[in-house]
Amino acid sequence: MIALNAVSHNYQNGHKIGFKDWQVDDGSQWLLLGASGSGKTTLLHILTGILKPQQGSVIIDGTSIYDLSSKDLDQFRGRNIGIIFQRPHLIKSLSIKENLVMAQSFANLPTDLNRVKEVLTSLGIADKKNAYPSELSHGQLQRVSIARAVINRPTLLIADEPTSSLDDKNAAAVLELLIDQSGINQATLIVATHDKRVKDAFTNTYELS
Amino acid sequence: MSPLKISWKSIWSKPLSSALNIMLIAFGTGILTILLLASTQISDKLENNSKDIDLVVGAKGSPLQLILSSIYYIDFPTGNIPLKEAQELARSPFVKKAVPLALGDNYNGVRIVGTDRNFVGIYKLKVKEGKFWQNDFETTIGTSVAENLKLKIGDTFYGAHGLTGSTDVHKTHAYKVAGILAPQGNVTDNLILTNISSVWKMHDHEEEKAHNHDEKSEAPEIENKEITSLLIQYRSPMSVVMFPRMVNESTNMQAASPAQESTRLFSLIGVGVDTLQWFAVLIMFIAAISVFVNLYNSLKERSYDLAIMRTLGASRGKLFLIVIAEGIMLTLAGTIIGIVLGHLALQFIGSNQESSQARLSGLIFLGEEAYLFVAGLAIGIFAAIIPAVQAYRSNISKILSKN
Ligand SMILES: Nc1ncnc2c1ncn2[C@@H]1O[C@H](COP(=O)(O)OP(=O)(O)OP(=O)(O)O)[C@@H](O)[C@H]1O
Ligand SMILES: [Mg+2]
Repeated sequence: MIALNAVSHNYQNGHKIGFKDWQVDDGSQWLLLGASGSGKTTLLHILTGILKPQQGSVIIDGTSIYDLSSKDLDQFRGRNIGIIFQRPHLIKSLSIKENLVMAQSFANLPTDLNRVKEVLTSLGIADKKNAYPSELSHGQLQRVSIARAVINRPTLLIADEPTSSLDDKNAAAVLELLIDQSGINQATLIVATHDKRVKDAFTNTYELS
Repeated sequence: MSPLKISWKSIWSKPLSSALNIMLIAFGTGILTILLLASTQISDKLENNSKDIDLVVGAKGSPLQLILSSIYYIDFPTGNIPLKEAQELARSPFVKKAVPLALGDNYNGVRIVGTDRNFVGIYKLKVKEGKFWQNDFETTIGTSVAENLKLKIGDTFYGAHGLTGSTDVHKTHAYKVAGILAPQGNVTDNLILTNISSVWKMHDHEEEKAHNHDEKSEAPEIENKEITSLLIQYRSPMSVVMFPRMVNESTNMQAASPAQESTRLFSLIGVGVDTLQWFAVLIMFIAAISVFVNLYNSLKERSYDLAIMRTLGASRGKLFLIVIAEGIMLTLAGTIIGIVLGHLALQFIGSNQESSQARLSGLIFLGEEAYLFVAGLAIGIFAAIIPAVQAYRSNISKILSKN
């Protein structure tokens, strides 16, 4: 379970964003809605331990994440949270397989090539295992970034505008994959978007004003 | 997928700039390796040849020239000294061993040295084949001489006047090879040894005598004989203070210390070595800057990569390690390649050297080369530390939101 308690953040230039409290049950799927500039990315960074808010606390599965040391927080994130960004960003010097193995080793988990194969197969890109990122299409890369996010079976899967740079067909496919993957891996899913094509797939919504 | 492997892969993903950096470092290290090897080998050779000789007495002139001609056999002698005076010095209580040298002739550029049996003692010579010279015109030749001039025991040859060249050949007497020395690893490998009276006889054609001369005998004809120089081994450390002064002040001859003159010679060569050394250091410095610029620029492109790694669980320390390891790998690869190239180059130089007197070898490894590794490591750290600290400090939230 994830709990957001009295969180607000001040950017250095004085811009202040407050967030209303939020309880996310295990395995639930949420849509994070808000106009451009309303603070969606900011909230997701706070939820994933990337940006420490000035006030309030974030508790994931009983751990108040900003009470952890920097190193432990990185470790916690690697183990428990999978993040998908608007643009798929992979390490260019590493093959698809190596990108996924890297995610395992940064989380201090043993290399598990069966798991790599399993995830890539479920996303329909098993044949690209040994390719390099420059050899894949945008849609394929977005699938790889989903694969990288779920490889360590995170309890929380977070996506920031995962569909906004994709066409209708790919957007639908990626959304379906996200929902599928969160189901397969029993992960809580939060998707931030202002993409109207996404809204119908979710029942729970958290709105920023 | 360890951080080191990520650094390694990153180097390979930009082969051109990595190769340039490695080449720069290799070039600098290579020059330093050559300088280090060559100067140690030269100074070793200088020492090896004068190990047991404390002093050389010869005609007045440049002391360095006296040492060069009588210890290293590379310059012209300063002149001659009267045998009688030399023998008096040899009997001095300060002197343990004295070896007379009579130079002046060569065979195909190899010097013919007239001397006595004390020469064998002072250089600790051993024969490989045959025997030491005994009668007039018998010679014992160095191992390299036998090899290079293809001389065997029993062969005969004519000496020529002068230290090189064969225009003025002494046709009256032929030298005979009586023995070949075992390899000594010093100048004696490149000498032809004979007795002093043979050298004298070559030069007084009219005064040919049937009986042997003993250079130590007090025969009357020795009165006006001359030799080139006298190598001296002291009896006690006290001689160091007394003896050279005595020679220089109370005789018409000069005394020169091989150790002192070798040091002086080496400090002259050293000026050139220093210049080259600074040149190499400059190259290394440029290489360090190049590695720095390379890492710094790629860090801008890679800041997003590094931020992603943080979101995957990599700690700040790991990012630091990834960046610094990349710098160290580049410079260490350059260092290793440079050291190998330095050895190969020196071996190549050595094999093309005319004089085997001072042949350099690339197959000798020195403990000091470890310092080159340390230097490579230091340059890697120096070049990578700023980018690594930046990677450590980077604000990933800011980087990620600038998508
Ligand atoms: N580093 C920063 N310094 C100052 N202000 C910032 C910074 N990052 C974001 N902001 C401000 O905070 C607000 C929220 O930004 P955020 O990126 O979270 O919006 P968003 O909802 O993700 O928008 P979009 O839908 O366009 O991605 C914006 O008004 C933005 O100007
Ligand atoms: Mg945003």
